[in-house]
Amino acid sequence: MNLFLQSLIDALSFAGVYALIALGIALIFGVMNLVNFAHGELVMVAGYVFFLLQGAPWPLVIVATVCAAVITALLMERVAFRPVRSADPTTLLVTSFAVSFLLQSIAMLTMGARPKSIEVPAFVGESIAIGGLRVPKLELVTIALAFVLLMALNVFLRRTALGRQMRAAAEDFQMARVLGVRADTIVAMAFALSGILAGCLAVIYVAQTASVSPVIGLQLVLIGFVSTVIGGLGSLEGAAIGGFVLGFLTVMIQTILPPELRGYRDAVVFAIVITILLIRPHGLLGSLRRSDYL
Amino acid sequence: MASSDRSGARTICDLMGKAAIFQRGFNQAWVWSWPAFALVFLLGFIVFLAGAGSPYLQRTVTAMLINVCIVVGFYLFVGNSGIFSFGHISFVAIGAYVSGLLTIAPDTKHILLPNLPAVMAGWELSTPAGIAVGGLAAAAMAAVLAVPLMRMSGIGASIATLGVLIIVIVVIGNLTSITGGLSGMLGLPLDTTMSSALLCACIAIAGAYIFQRSGSGLLLRASREDVAAATSLGINIWRERSIAFVLSAFLTGLGGGLFGHFVGAINPDAFYVGMTVTVSAMLIIGGVRSLTGAVLGTILVSALTEILGNTALFHLPIPPGVSTVALATLMLGILIFRPQGITSGAELKWVDPRGLGAWLSSRLPAARVRPGESGR
Repeated sequence: MNLFLQSLIDALSFAGVYALIALGIALIFGVMNLVNFAHGELVMVAGYVFFLLQGAPWPLVIVATVCAAVITALLMERVAFRPVRSADPTTLLVTSFAVSFLLQSIAMLTMGARPKSIEVPAFVGESIAIGGLRVPKLELVTIALAFVLLMALNVFLRRTALGRQMRAAAEDFQMARVLGVRADTIVAMAFALSGILAGCLAVIYVAQTASVSPVIGLQLVLIGFVSTVIGGLGSLEGAAIGGFVLGFLTVMIQTILPPELRGYRDAVVFAIVITILLIRPHGLLGSLRRSDYL
Repeated sequence: MASSDRSGARTICDLMGKAAIFQRGFNQAWVWSWPAFALVFLLGFIVFLAGAGSPYLQRTVTAMLINVCIVVGFYLFVGNSGIFSFGHISFVAIGAYVSGLLTIAPDTKHILLPNLPAVMAGWELSTPAGIAVGGLAAAAMAAVLAVPLMRMSGIGASIATLGVLIIVIVVIGNLTSITGGLSGMLGLPLDTTMSSALLCACIAIAGAYIFQRSGSGLLLRASREDVAAATSLGINIWRERSIAFVLSAFLTGLGGGLFGHFVGAINPDAFYVGMTVTVSAMLIIGGVRSLTGAVLGTILVSALTEILGNTALFHLPIPPGVSTVALATLMLGILIFRPQGITSGAELKWVDPRGLGAWLSSRLPAARVRPGESGR
């Protein structure tokens, strides 16, 4: 029972992080059909800002980290994605691939290819005992932060004018524009939101690994792709649920697979992804809207 | 006498007629195949020049020719089908590893890969045969993958191919007894020369060009422009895509074999995102939709990387990594300002030498036809 509860908490903290990444990618896919390969690079840039500001008061560092991710996201949109916005989804995907490569190579050039270690406060490594379980504080913080962010995003998307416009744009961008939704504002807003998610993720990531390197983006963006595919590309709820499903799947596969096969975990995950793309191209939940990009 | 004269004249007329038909056929064949020949000549010329250069230059040119083979194979699928694949480097990996397993001498294999299954331990082929079998193995894998993958389109297909790359790399990294795992496979015979790489690049160019002008290639290009219209015309898109996928995997696999025998030691990391980025950049910069673009892009990117990576050339301290930033910037700039690459998706056009004078004079400012003289 204890083992089960322990795995459950592990799975929840994984799932929360995965849902944050997936939402960042799904938000942008929703408004402009762009599968943003460069989303992971937002986390990487924010991670380096965290590294550079070490020693400053913690709240300041965290705010600056999130701001850095938002600014990078907005710049990315303005410089690279706005000129190609009307191109087909494949061109958009390739463009984001190029942006990701550019940011990575700049990071390698300026910061070096080796990982930089970051000092995190001691309490991050501590754990607390709850009824016989030893739960790392970081996992609790992660779960709480993911929960708060998801709720805040939910309120924003459902209760505010901008959020509703964004959901409308995600449903049908052309129709939303005809009805007076401003395309530039909505797209920039989507990027800013994905920047906030990426910034918070960077804080969690740095606290978990205590290091940052130019190549951390890839693993994160892959997780995001898989989650959005599981939940159905273009659906925000789907992406969050996809993130949770993937988080649980990862912990499950890790526990179920015999140790000598653990190395194949990613292969198993991607085999599942390809199967889902084949038999349920609109995600496991199967969004009702028939999309034309799959 | 008179009658035989007449028959002689008839024979001559007949022959002249046939010659004219042959001449026309030859002209058509020449104009038809011109872009492929031009590219082969271009590569041949580069090799000819490099033949007089230093061994270092020859190595650079060989690496470029291997990339031509890989990029042209990659183009054969991406350019004709319109689906951007992130998985083609897995075929490069398969080509390199299969060729390596087949060509490393059994004694060496016994030491380097002690847990190799007995069947594989005995394999020994010559390098050309190994590379060819490597290409065939990649094609065979593509044929199996095509059954599910080629049913998808657009972004779904791109993400699925990315999945294939990750699966292949993870499997190679973990099958330690066969592939040497993460530390890689050593001791591949270093048999790739400039001429063998040139040969493979020419095979790739010829193959890609014949495919894109074949019935299957034209049907596939039609489906690239409009899936729904192509389907309604009765085109079996899955079939045409699969043909392109398998051919493309064969050529990329050949490139992989060449690469393996060029560097001598391979590991799964070499065939991951880094190579995917480089190969994609070459194709995107040149122009995704033309064979000319694939070849020119490879030449351009190779030259750029070499010049920026070679600090001695300018006597300037260019820090390592500048060439990658330049490559990324160039790729992004091309995507934004000229999405179909430097060739804009066009092939080289044959210019009839007889028309060249007229064409030139129409272009030269001095000879521009004034309004009153039009029609001359």
